[in-house]
Amino acid sequence: MNILVCLKQVPDTESQIKIAPDGKAIVTDNIKWVMNPYDEYAVEEALRIKEKFGGEVTIIGVGPKRVTEAIRTALAMGADKGILVDDPALTGSDSLGTARVLAAAIRDLEYDMILCGKQGVDDDSAVVGSNLAELLGIPQVSVVVKLEVSEDGSVVKAHKEVEGGTFVIEAALPALITAQKGLNEPRYASLPGIMKAKKKPLDVKTIADLGMDASEVGESGAKIRIIQITPPEERAAGKIVEGETAEEQAAKLASLLHEEAKII
Amino acid sequence: MAQGIWIVAEQREGELRKISFELVSEARRLADKMGQPVAAILLGSNIKEKAAELGKYGADKVVVADDDRLETYTTDAYVSVIAQLAQAQEPAIILLGASVQGKDLSGRLAARLGVGVAQDCVAFSIEDGNLVAKRSIYAGKAYATVTYTDSVPQIATARPNVFEMNEPDESRSVEVIDAEFTLDDSQLKTKVTEVIQEAVGKVDLTEAERIVSGGRGMKGPEEFAILEELADLIAATVGASRSVVDAGWRPHSDQVGQTGKVVSPNLYIACGISGAIQHLAGMSTSKIIVAINKDSEAPIFQKANYGVVGDLFEVVPALTEALKKIL
Repeated sequence: MNILVCLKQVPDTESQIKIAPDGKAIVTDNIKWVMNPYDEYAVEEALRIKEKFGGEVTIIGVGPKRVTEAIRTALAMGADKGILVDDPALTGSDSLGTARVLAAAIRDLEYDMILCGKQGVDDDSAVVGSNLAELLGIPQVSVVVKLEVSEDGSVVKAHKEVEGGTFVIEAALPALITAQKGLNEPRYASLPGIMKAKKKPLDVKTIADLGMDASEVGESGAKIRIIQITPPEERAAGKIVEGETAEEQAAKLASLLHEEAKII
Repeated sequence: MAQGIWIVAEQREGELRKISFELVSEARRLADKMGQPVAAILLGSNIKEKAAELGKYGADKVVVADDDRLETYTTDAYVSVIAQLAQAQEPAIILLGASVQGKDLSGRLAARLGVGVAQDCVAFSIEDGNLVAKRSIYAGKAYATVTYTDSVPQIATARPNVFEMNEPDESRSVEVIDAEFTLDDSQLKTKVTEVIQEAVGKVDLTEAERIVSGGRGMKGPEEFAILEELADLIAATVGASRSVVDAGWRPHSDQVGQTGKVVSPNLYIACGISGAIQHLAGMSTSKIIVAINKDSEAPIFQKANYGVVGDLFEVVPALTEALKKIL
């Protein structure tokens, strides 16, 4: 089975997010960049399927150059090769622009399945996966917590987490699956794995290499543009509920919730 | 010239979900500013009688796509129908819920129509006839206000439990129209083979108005019983912090936080939760936050409206008793 995994880097979730003076971007100096947590589940699932069925796992990331580290991490976990698309024209791409680049990189590859994380924990859009599946004309199942591939490798049964339960969805391959937390426990890259990864092929491509025009990507190709980025609204200062005993505190809290907050 | 605001209503097992009414209400407010009509698109099977309900919240027209292949949501069928309708009638704006269904549908629909989508929005406005959307990024550590370039229709999804529902106007009548569409079975590449229900009557965290949540301070899975009791009393859903989920005490679908669910209830009661950045990011838009923790230095107290410094194993049951007297 040939499996493609699309991944990205995001600021580590411990990061404090600071807004740039122009209010249109976040400050990126001193950020620790990591593989998007949801993409780790995608990489792990691809490796498990390869272990069962044989085949190859290819990792695809879209620039800048530091994304190479995340691709190498995936290679160290056990993926076979990587592709990075890095081009100055990509700056300012929205989700559709990113999906177009991925589609262009993927179109001429042979694959049975594409795995992505359900969303990037930076933009939280959960759009690239759907956009990509549409551009490639393949079915999608998103927010998947369990994936079963049929013995003959032609069909998947995906458990999709929905409000209040799960839909079990059958999809013919090739298909695009987006991974939700709980799909698996991602492995750590072993030391031998890290050493092997240095020798695995990692091709770097430009927009021109993919036959794309700069107008399809970056700011010029973007359909969504940011007007401004703002911090969350300040919450009003709270109060500590007085009381000598738990019963007193609880009674006071109950009356505050009822009479002051009027929420119960 | 693109005209009108559409909302995509959401139904499950033939019942309209609350997000549908939130969407109609917000669309009504935006449409009144633009002087344009609101249409609700309703997909399902034997669903037509539900159309009138959407009118009560402010829809001028409900376009009903009734087909047994639309009974349960599938990406292919729903995107095909909505795209056909949009291409034929050219709405200016399409709003969907930022539910699991809405987020899956919106991205595919946007790519099919070649337009942008603003996902999981908490506020909308209209400027120069364009939709402006405020959406949460970095799990709510920041907000991005965005608008569209060269996108018609302008598509956005609305976070559940954020937009106020109008008072239903029982006297309001609505035009109900049968949608014109074709669905070719060969286009439908996925099939729902089973629907597994978690717990009947439980409201999903992302849509809950009240949440009682437990963290490491709970000490173990059995102790969650006191939270379940409080939750049952006040009709709340039980949530959990990441450490509790990673320890296997609660399922990951209960996790609130940056790599869990982002919630926006009216009331969030955090028990034995210290308030790590990633957890706060998932619940900081709660209207009222209550924190119960024996560590007075816990960061959660900085975000709480009401803080109780104490032993949650005493305070929570006492709170349940105190609330029983009020309710």
